[in-house]
Amino acid sequence: MLDTKTPLVEMEDISIAFGGIRAVDRASINLYPGEVVGLLGHNGAGKSTLIKILSGAYKRDTGSIRINGEPATINNPRDAKAYGIETIYQQLAVADNVDAAANLFLGREMVTALGTLDDAAMESKAREVMGRLNPNFRRFKEPVKALSGGQRQSVAIARAILFNARILIMDEPTAALGPQETAQVGELIKQLKSDGIGIFLISHDIHDVFDLADRLVVMKNGQVVGEARTEDVTKDEVLGMIIMGKVPPGATPGSGAISG
Amino acid sequence: MAEQHAMTPPAHPSSFAQSPFQRFLIATEVDTRLLGMIGALAIIWIGFNFFSGGLFLTPRNLWNLSVQTASVAVMVTGMVLVIVTRNIDLSVGSILGVVGMVMGVAQTQILPVQLGLGLGHPLIWVLSLGIGLFVGVAIGALQGSIIAYLKVPAFIVTLGGYLVWRGAAWWVTAGRTVAPMDSTFQLMGGGPFGAIGALWSWVVAIVACAAIVIGLYFSRRQRRRFNFPQRPVWAEVTLAVIGCGITLAAVAVANAYPWPVRIAQNYAAANGLTVPEEGLFISHGIAIPVLIAVGVGIVMTFLTTRTRFGRYVYAMGGNPEAAELAGINTRWVTVKIFMLMGALCAIAAAISTARLNAATNALGTLDELYVIAAAVIGGTSLAGGVGTVAGALLGALVMQSLQSGMVLMGIDSPLQSIVVGIVLVFAVWLDTLYRRNKL
Repeated sequence: MLDTKTPLVEMEDISIAFGGIRAVDRASINLYPGEVVGLLGHNGAGKSTLIKILSGAYKRDTGSIRINGEPATINNPRDAKAYGIETIYQQLAVADNVDAAANLFLGREMVTALGTLDDAAMESKAREVMGRLNPNFRRFKEPVKALSGGQRQSVAIARAILFNARILIMDEPTAALGPQETAQVGELIKQLKSDGIGIFLISHDIHDVFDLADRLVVMKNGQVVGEARTEDVTKDEVLGMIIMGKVPPGATPGSGAISG
Repeated sequence: MAEQHAMTPPAHPSSFAQSPFQRFLIATEVDTRLLGMIGALAIIWIGFNFFSGGLFLTPRNLWNLSVQTASVAVMVTGMVLVIVTRNIDLSVGSILGVVGMVMGVAQTQILPVQLGLGLGHPLIWVLSLGIGLFVGVAIGALQGSIIAYLKVPAFIVTLGGYLVWRGAAWWVTAGRTVAPMDSTFQLMGGGPFGAIGALWSWVVAIVACAAIVIGLYFSRRQRRRFNFPQRPVWAEVTLAVIGCGITLAAVAVANAYPWPVRIAQNYAAANGLTVPEEGLFISHGIAIPVLIAVGVGIVMTFLTTRTRFGRYVYAMGGNPEAAELAGINTRWVTVKIFMLMGALCAIAAAISTARLNAATNALGTLDELYVIAAAVIGGTSLAGGVGTVAGALLGALVMQSLQSGMVLMGIDSPLQSIVVGIVLVFAVWLDTLYRRNKL
């Protein structure tokens, strides 16, 4: 399907090396509004690294990034947030020693007319957002260190959606969660998608991604093996791409596809 | 908004507590750790009072204790932020030394002689203090930048600073002691004239009480606005009574300490007062260095709890990577923390030089260790992310109480060091136990 709309994100020929290792090697990937793109690959395939370049955590060596068709300069996480890119990290990047509201607003605190923190207003807003996301959440006054993995993850997700993100990156968002919380995250993704938000869903487990993603991109050894619309391929074919780099007929080969 | 007012706010958690004591703790929302520290301080004070034959809990001793604590208390408020962000500053004593020397030379040489203001010019004290603050902030900015941007560990940078600034302190005058200080500048060190007297002390007390009551009222109003659980009214009243009671008691103690007889006589002679038969009773009131320390404590508490800067400090301490990923400019925050530490060292240097009425190149020796110990006794965790300004101030008071109490009891100074060392380790062990049980 040829989409005539401008992609939200276009990353082209991105490369980054750490020491002598090319963690990402001329990888290209794009994302349209209201689309969920599953980024798959083994541990160490380069998917987290590629996406960290988009979220500003790493700086690319070569390649270009365009947001809404415009060339974008992303040198740190602050730049990325300015483009409406929000990231939920694999390792639960929450500040342990402050409470949920402080985490939600970290870096973008609400202030009073005098320039001091408006904690009451932030807590009120936090209660509203968290209530939508995880109605059972009550522990607003405690440092997030004291929360369970699922509760911490809901804090991280709430933070990402609080500021009207247009591009959401979720790196193994359900890795730390139980079945019920995983289902909640799935519902949330559908809801966000219907709001027109573009979502990158990164996982090494294709079952997490298959039901949620519209399109799948598979990476191996830092390169893109191929991409396919989810309905054009089977789980086994995708597994073949992940493990052997073999591109099935329903998929478009990328630079890392093995010939034949 | 109208709907929110119509709803009854959720019940305060204290209504579920079982025992009355528990209910009291939860209802007032006091920090139990802080309460424990106050308890420890009370035990130390009563113990020393008993063993020194009633010498400890006298207005005179308590007043002196407050003045002696001031310099370390000012610095410890900054050390809390340094330690909370998983750094350390070993150079504060040396910075105090070099800044003290610079301020000493500024007010005895540069300003009155070289710039021709003349000795005793009313602007000298404030200009010297300004110069000291500038030097302190500059040193902090340099150290902070090396730590944040060149990624040299704070331990090493400030260990280097410890040696460099102590050497620099000597260099300022080639080791010569600078004395005496400007007469206005001296007031920052305390003494009979460096205190604000009975009347103004009461004014300060009344203002402080009013601030406590207004603060409680606004916090309650804010909670009502957002429909949060509110403390029961009796708990609010108890807090107000305790807060105001402590303030008034402290001021009463400061006012109960009179000027020494000779100074009072001279003052009376100079001002043409008649000395009554039983002697002239002129109250010291709150000492200016104590007022400075309390002011610094309030400002730092505000900075840590009510501003973005403070929020970032604690977020960085808990998880530096998360803070960076959240878009916080963690390096610049680190530089700011060390600049603040430098400024606080300068204020402490002003208090110390003024109190000694001299700037010596050994001033502030070992202060870094007392400051770190006070912060740690006050509940600041070296693992980062945890610590309060109020706790650290109490820690400073505990340290100074121990030392002053042992001096009163005539304990030899080697034994004093041994006791302080043991108390430090013991306090941290207790704190570890407390945290383990709480989480």
